[in-house]
Parts: sequence; structure tokens; C-alpha cells
Amino acid sequence: MSFQLLAGQLVLGLINGSFYALLSLGLAIIFGILNIANFAHGAQYMFGAMLAWGLLEYAGIGYWYALPLVFLGAGLLGLLTEAIFIRRMYHVDPLYGILLTFGITLMMQGVFRNYYGVSGLPYSVPASLSGSWNLGVMYLPIYRVWVIVAAVVICFLTWYTIEKTRIGANLRAATENPTLAEAFGLNVPLLKAAAYAGGVGLAGLAGAFAAPVYSVNPMMGSEIVIVAFAVVVIGGMGSIKGAIIAGFSMGALEGLAKVFWPEFSAMVIYIVMVAVILYRPGVDIFGRKV
Amino acid sequence: MTYPAGRIHAVLFVILCGLVLLLPFVVYKILLMKIMCFAIFAMAFNLLLGFGGLMSFGHAAFFGLGSYMAAHGAKELGFSAIESVVFAMVLSGLLGLIFGWIALKRQGIYFAMISLALAQLVFYAIWRADFAGGENGIQAVPRGMFLGMVDLSNDWNIYVLFTLIFLGCTLLVYRIVHSPFGQIVKGIRDNEARAISIGYDTARFKLILFVLSATLSGLGGGLKAIVLQFATLTDVHWVTSGEVVLMVLVGGIGTLAGPIVGAAIMVVVHDYLAWLGPWVMVVQGSIFILTVLLFRQGIIGTIGRKLGISL
Repeated sequence: MSFQLLAGQLVLGLINGSFYALLSLGLAIIFGILNIANFAHGAQYMFGAMLAWGLLEYAGIGYWYALPLVFLGAGLLGLLTEAIFIRRMYHVDPLYGILLTFGITLMMQGVFRNYYGVSGLPYSVPASLSGSWNLGVMYLPIYRVWVIVAAVVICFLTWYTIEKTRIGANLRAATENPTLAEAFGLNVPLLKAAAYAGGVGLAGLAGAFAAPVYSVNPMMGSEIVIVAFAVVVIGGMGSIKGAIIAGFSMGALEGLAKVFWPEFSAMVIYIVMVAVILYRPGVDIFGRKV
Repeated sequence: MTYPAGRIHAVLFVILCGLVLLLPFVVYKILLMKIMCFAIFAMAFNLLLGFGGLMSFGHAAFFGLGSYMAAHGAKELGFSAIESVVFAMVLSGLLGLIFGWIALKRQGIYFAMISLALAQLVFYAIWRADFAGGENGIQAVPRGMFLGMVDLSNDWNIYVLFTLIFLGCTLLVYRIVHSPFGQIVKGIRDNEARAISIGYDTARFKLILFVLSATLSGLGGGLKAIVLQFATLTDVHWVTSGEVVLMVLVGGIGTLAGPIVGAAIMVVVHDYLAWLGPWVMVVQGSIFILTVLLFRQGIIGTIGRKLGISL
């Protein structure tokens, strides 16, 4: 086996890992603060990619302007979804939350499928990031490096916001003990809405990053959301750091599996999930009780 | 005036018998059999969710494995229809034993997410497996003979056989729910700590319930493969996992009649609205959302509450 093949698959794996990390991060935030397993995360990721495509197709707005617009657009979608639907789930069994978001997923996929079919829509790599670097042993496409770096930076910023800033402290307080946080004057409903919007915004942004790499189509989020669920389980439900680390490492592992064990590469993350559950029943990867 | 629950259930069962006797004269028999297969699947799922309080989001794994195993058994292994279906049930039950053992180590929403991920593992395994025919699935599955005498390619013959199996399943589920085992399972659902303190090995009861549910789901899938004569990736896809949840939700979680009503509605919606294309997904999604927001007890659950009886 050549070093080239190995390095190439590792880079591809890290790209996938970037998407897993961004999606699992949003899922973990939403789960941690709202106690909702947001099945619609895949559809919201798809929405981000479709929005990036639509901005270019209908308004001629290119990649760099699309990124912030998609984050805001997806965030707005999240705000609306929270205000209309998710909010009504806070006082019922959390299992209804997954059913509700499953329904939202079907609706979003159905609507987009009706207008855009299932074949992929093309979205080319922006000119400033096209081409690749010749490392001597392999060619490294610049866009892929950009996605990995951007994902690492965004993950770090999100982690920093939640763990080290005042907003984050408020969010964590609202998660730990919503009643007490409210008694201290925190606007818990607003924090929940913001957390949902932020999580959806991250999913949308991941979709925009994915648009030039994968084909943009209405079903593009339907498998990756299940992988993201498994990643969240591996990282420890609701753990931000766990989701990020598990996301990148599972992507890399999947890339390596494509070299050593190609038939089973799609399954390897689920197998790790099973191992984590069996090996550490009742605790996450940091040894905390779940 | 109140009636004893047992008498009401007996009346409902007689009505069900009447329906399966009369409907084939007015409705397409294949459609009715499809409804029965999904009703068995929904009853199996409801056994777990409604009576055990365990929300699995990956039950398509058992239905789909059942479908593929019955198709493979009938087409390649030379099994009769009944043998194929039994083969499917055994393997689905075994898979249920493994998955239940793993997923039951976590609770609530974790359990739902883990069951979803495990089902995805089965999806990839079947997608990759040589015998399963990839994107094409297994087609032209022979229906064969029943006991070597009755030709099941005749729609009436297979309808009678399916009806008997379906009614038997209904009685079996009724029996399970009203047995001491069913009472214990409901006790665990309502207050697990208390059940443990009384001395029940709750993990074992939940695992048995999971295996029962998986086995019956395999029966539903196996019958489906025999009557429609194919097994496809849809059977094992997460969409099917969602569909069975929707059936039980619409009919009424934790009711006896709910899964049958829910399965009938959803299969009919699917078949009669097929011309809508992708809008069917939108319709299904809306039903999901509306039921969760406004109508959590489902049709039968709501009727039952109005009348003050458990249906």
C-alpha cells in the first residue's frame, strides 16, 4: 500500500470529520440545552447547501458572501422552527422531540425534492480556493485544506464561547438548573431559542462548506445526521468537546478504514459506537456519568 | 354503565374478524395483506414503545432483515413460505437479542439514537451483502405452496393464510399484554425503581420484550416479502423505522387497536397518494408534526379516553 493512498484517504477522512464535528457540535449544543435530539439537523444541513446554491443561481451571490448569509439564513430558520414547533416540546417527554423533528425532516426533504429532484446540483469551488498544492508525494486540493481549517476554527470558537464567555456561562447555567437560572433573572426561553438557532446555523454553515465537495441534493443530509448521532453518542451526549474530538477522529478513522477495510468503511463509526457503549456503559469518553 | 374491558376487546376482535372477512370483496386483496404485514410490524413496535416505554428508532432493521431473509429463503434456499417466514423470525429475533443487549445499556433518548445507529449498520450490511442484490433487492420471490397442497400464488389462498396469521398475532399480542409478564413490563415502564425494589430483574424483562418485538417485526417483514414477492432496501431504511413510529403514533401509543388502525391509514395514504410523488413525504411529515403537537394520544387513544375505556 502506498503512502499516497493512505495520506489521500486521511485527508478525505478529515474533510468528512470536519462535517461530522460541525454537525455533532450543533447536535450536542441543542441536546445539552434543549434536551431535544434534533433529527432535523440533516435537513438543516441540506438547507444550508441548497441556500448557498440558490444564492449563486438566482442572485449571483458568490461563495464568500454566501457563507455568512447561509449562517444567518439557517439561524433564522432555526429561530422560526423553535418558535413554531420546538418550543412546544419542552414540557413533554423528550421522545416526542425526536418525532417532531423527524416530521420536520420529511417535510423539508419532500418540499426540496419536489422542486429540485434527487440528482445533484453543481456548485463549483470558488476561484480563490481552486487548484491544489503539490507536496511532492501527493496533490493537496486547497479547498479541502480550507474546509478542515475553517471547521477547526469554528469548533474552537464555539467551544470557547460556551466554556469561557459570559453568554456561555449563562447557557450552561440554564442547562444545569433552568429554574434557578430563571430566578437569577436569566431569560431561559431566549437562551434556548438562541441555542437552537446557533446549532441550526452551524448545520447550515456545514452545508455551505459541503456544497462544492459533495453534490447538493435534497437527500444529502439524511445519512450524515445518523452518523452525527453516533458521533454524539461516542463523544458523550451533550459534551461539546467530546463531539468535536469524536467528529474529527471518526472522520479520520473512516478514511483509514477505506484503505484497510473498504467494504466496511461505512460501518466503522457505528462499530466504534457499539464498542464505546459496551466498554463504558453509563459514562462518556471523559468518564462522566450519562 | 361501564363494560368490563375484556368484553369490549372481544367485541373489537369480532369486528376485526368481520372486516377481514368482508373487505376482500370490496378492496384489493394485496393492499389488505400489505396492511396486515405493517399492522403486525406496528403491533410489535407498540409492544415495545406502548407497553415497555422503550422508543426504538431503528425497528426497520428487524422488519428489513425479516423481509430479506424470507425472500432469500423462499428464492434460494428452497424453503416453503411458512419455513421462510419462520427463518426470518428466528434471525430477526437473534438480531433483536444482540441489539437489545447493546441498546438497553442506555436509556430514553440515548436508546432511541443508538437503535437508529445500529439499524444503519444493518442497512449497510444488507446493501453490501452479495445475496441481497444491492440496489435491486431480491425480486421475483416465489410464494410457493402451503403444506405442499395449497397454491399460494392464488390471491385468495394466500389471503386466508395471512388473515389467520394476522388474527393469531393480534391474539398473541393481547395475551402478552394481559399476562403477568405484560403486567411486570408495564410496571417497569411506569416506575422502574419500584420494580427493581420489588425484586424484578428489569433488564432481563426489557430484553425479553425487545426480542419479542424484534421477532414479530421479522414476521411482518417476512410476510411482506412473500406477498409482494420482493425485498428492497426501503424495508431496512430509516424511513421505514420512522413509518412504523408514525403508524403507532397516529393510531395511539399503548392501545391494542391503535397500531392496526394506524397501519391501515398509513398504508392507504402511501398507496392512494403515490401520484403525489415527493409530496407524500410532506403529507407524512405534516401528519407527524400535527399528531405530536395536537394529538399525542392518537385516534384510538383519544376515542378510548372520551369513552373512558382502554381500547
